[in-house]
Amino acid sequence: MRATETAVKLLVNPIDCAAHGACAELLPEAIALDEWGYPVIDPGPLRPSLERPARKAVSACPTLALRLIRSS
Amino acid sequence: MNPSLGNFRDAEIVSGIDSSTAFWYVSRATGVVALLLLTAVMLLGLLVTRQGRLPGLPRFAVSGLHRNLSLLAMVFVVVHVVTAVVDGYVNIPITAAVVPLTSPYERLWLSLGAVSFDLMLAAVVTSLLRGRLSRWAWRAVHLTAYLSWPVAWVHSFFAGGDLRQGWLLYVAIVCAVAVAAAAAWRAAAAARDVPRAERVGRLMAAVHDRSRAQPPNGRRERSAPRERTHSS
Amino acid sequence: MTTVTEDSRDAATGLPRLLPPPASAAGETRPPDLDAHAARHGRLEYRGRPGTLIGDIEAAGLTGRGGAAFPVHRKLQAVLDAAAGRRRTPVVIANGAESEPASDKDATLLWLSPHLVLDGLQLAAEAVGADTAILATHVSRTRDVGSRLREALAARRAAGIDRVPVQLAQAPARFLSGQETALVSHLSGGPAIPAFIPPRITERGLNGAPTLVQNVESLAHLALIARRGPRWFRSVGTDAEPGSMLATVRRSDGQPKITEVPLGIPLRDLAGDLRPDSAVLVGGYHGTWLDGRQALALTLDNASLAQAGARVGAGVVITLPRDRCGLVETASVVRYLALESAGQCGPCLNGLPRIAAALAEIAGGRARPQAVTDVTRWSGLVTGRGACHHPDGTVRFVRSALQTFAAEIDLHQRGRCSAADTRLFLPVPRVAARTEQDWT
Repeated sequence: MRATETAVKLLVNPIDCAAHGACAELLPEAIALDEWGYPVIDPGPLRPSLERPARKAVSACPTLALRLIRSS
Repeated sequence: MNPSLGNFRDAEIVSGIDSSTAFWYVSRATGVVALLLLTAVMLLGLLVTRQGRLPGLPRFAVSGLHRNLSLLAMVFVVVHVVTAVVDGYVNIPITAAVVPLTSPYERLWLSLGAVSFDLMLAAVVTSLLRGRLSRWAWRAVHLTAYLSWPVAWVHSFFAGGDLRQGWLLYVAIVCAVAVAAAAAWRAAAAARDVPRAERVGRLMAAVHDRSRAQPPNGRRERSAPRERTHSS
Repeated sequence: MTTVTEDSRDAATGLPRLLPPPASAAGETRPPDLDAHAARHGRLEYRGRPGTLIGDIEAAGLTGRGGAAFPVHRKLQAVLDAAAGRRRTPVVIANGAESEPASDKDATLLWLSPHLVLDGLQLAAEAVGADTAILATHVSRTRDVGSRLREALAARRAAGIDRVPVQLAQAPARFLSGQETALVSHLSGGPAIPAFIPPRITERGLNGAPTLVQNVESLAHLALIARRGPRWFRSVGTDAEPGSMLATVRRSDGQPKITEVPLGIPLRDLAGDLRPDSAVLVGGYHGTWLDGRQALALTLDNASLAQAGARVGAGVVITLPRDRCGLVETASVVRYLALESAGQCGPCLNGLPRIAAALAEIAGGRARPQAVTDVTRWSGLVTGRGACHHPDGTVRFVRSALQTFAAEIDLHQRGRCSAADTRLFLPVPRVAARTEQDWT
């Protein structure tokens, strides 16, 4: 039985985002900050090895703007 | 040679340390530590609201410390309350931990402690379940922290004599001044905040002023620059 | 009302469909009252059950005429499914906000054929099982069409035609107020600013109910498809993009002409005065500047326009008079678009004003050497990073200007300009300093 391949992606709600920048520090492999301090997220699915630090980044966001969504 | 030492019971009373008073001392000690931790939590919380940073620490440290210290403070508060209840020296029912006006001992000051603890519990629980709440609901409960801390301070100051003398008095005053100053700074910053509807207008004016201040191109051959496009 | 309808009636195509027939030989036009409407289109016939109309709409291939060209049947189905799944009665909103300043087609349609739109609104409400219907117009257009709509609704009430009562609503005078989620936010009592998706409004919209927001022209087409069938609808247009649409065409004299054309009509036929050295704006202020050479080879449909990176959008086609400067026009529009940002999302709030300032410098011939590079960088930074497509649409407009007016940029960087007329051509509303009041 094959395990279902579900892609996990990072998504930020730009209305809630207040440019705290915690996410970019915790997940520099997938999130960078633009010249105004707002997150630029790597499009496309997240590498499975990055899922744990990604969850940390999601819970560290002071405004809960960062989300991890599953799409198969 | 002290003749009273021959009497076992007298020795107990003279030495003064038994399990009952141990709880009392632990309660007082954890109370002081809890107040210090809660002060730090308040200061960090105020810093988070302005996207502030602690020098030398990464960005996530401010909100991370705020959360972790609040959980640690809760532990100390719980120990503080439980040891006060368990201790036999004064009678404090367990309900007095969360319900005001139920303690015959120091009714008013312990009631404040209960109120503060209730608000703190609500803030922590709603934060742990933040994903399931609406933003507005979480924020409304979290704002009660502005009430919870001063109430905790008054409880700490008046429920026992510890903070009213010696160097603990200085500690109490420093905590109060620090939180008051930080809250005032926060309020001033909020007053300077631009409402959403005006933000883009302000920025437009700022970037256009900066560009207008640039010296014009040296070579000018035919027609004049167009001022019209940014006339308001 | 300064718009003029063009008589493009063609026996072969059977146009116009939405707009009233041309004036009779005696020059008399019948007012768009209920009798005239019934005489031309027949009575409104309900289907009897929710959902049954959706198959016809799918067969007809009707796409939204509000700019996004989203398949109408999919929206209808989504709302119907959400209503069943969540057991909540949906709401239908006819979007006549037309917040695109260069577009006039929706206001014209509401003025000339209100009953067609109102029929479509009733049929859409029946199709999704809604019990609430709202028709929203822009506050600047309400002056023009408000009274006519009230008359039309009163006549329908008297004749007992409408099954769902229709409320008239007003959207504030902002560029974003016609955006679906912004409109719903406004109608829910808040400011007319976009909301983040998820959840989609088809799932959770006005007061939490599944909400259908459909452009008024889309509803008018829907009303005709219900009467005359999908095959009739497909008798004009292209296979991939069937049917007709209303286009706002502005020629050199600046006056807008509203004309109903088949999708796929060559741009040179629509614009009329297109030459290889012209510049033409297609789609609106979130649209694309094309140079004449390109435009002469293209037709008004997304398949063709996509080759040049353009889209049909709101159906606006504007030929820039040759004595005007495309950079000055672009800077003027982008200044407006920047000021119309909701200011909710960091990238848009920060990027658009800076882009606007740089374009103003470029247009004014006093740009720093890196101005174009800056605009390019900022454009990349704001794309896809807002809650709505305002930054994306603005960037599309800006990038197309940088491409189409590249030669003009060179001139400006040397302090020159090829234009003779300094007046602004594109209609841009004056935007003053604002408060929250202006958004509600």
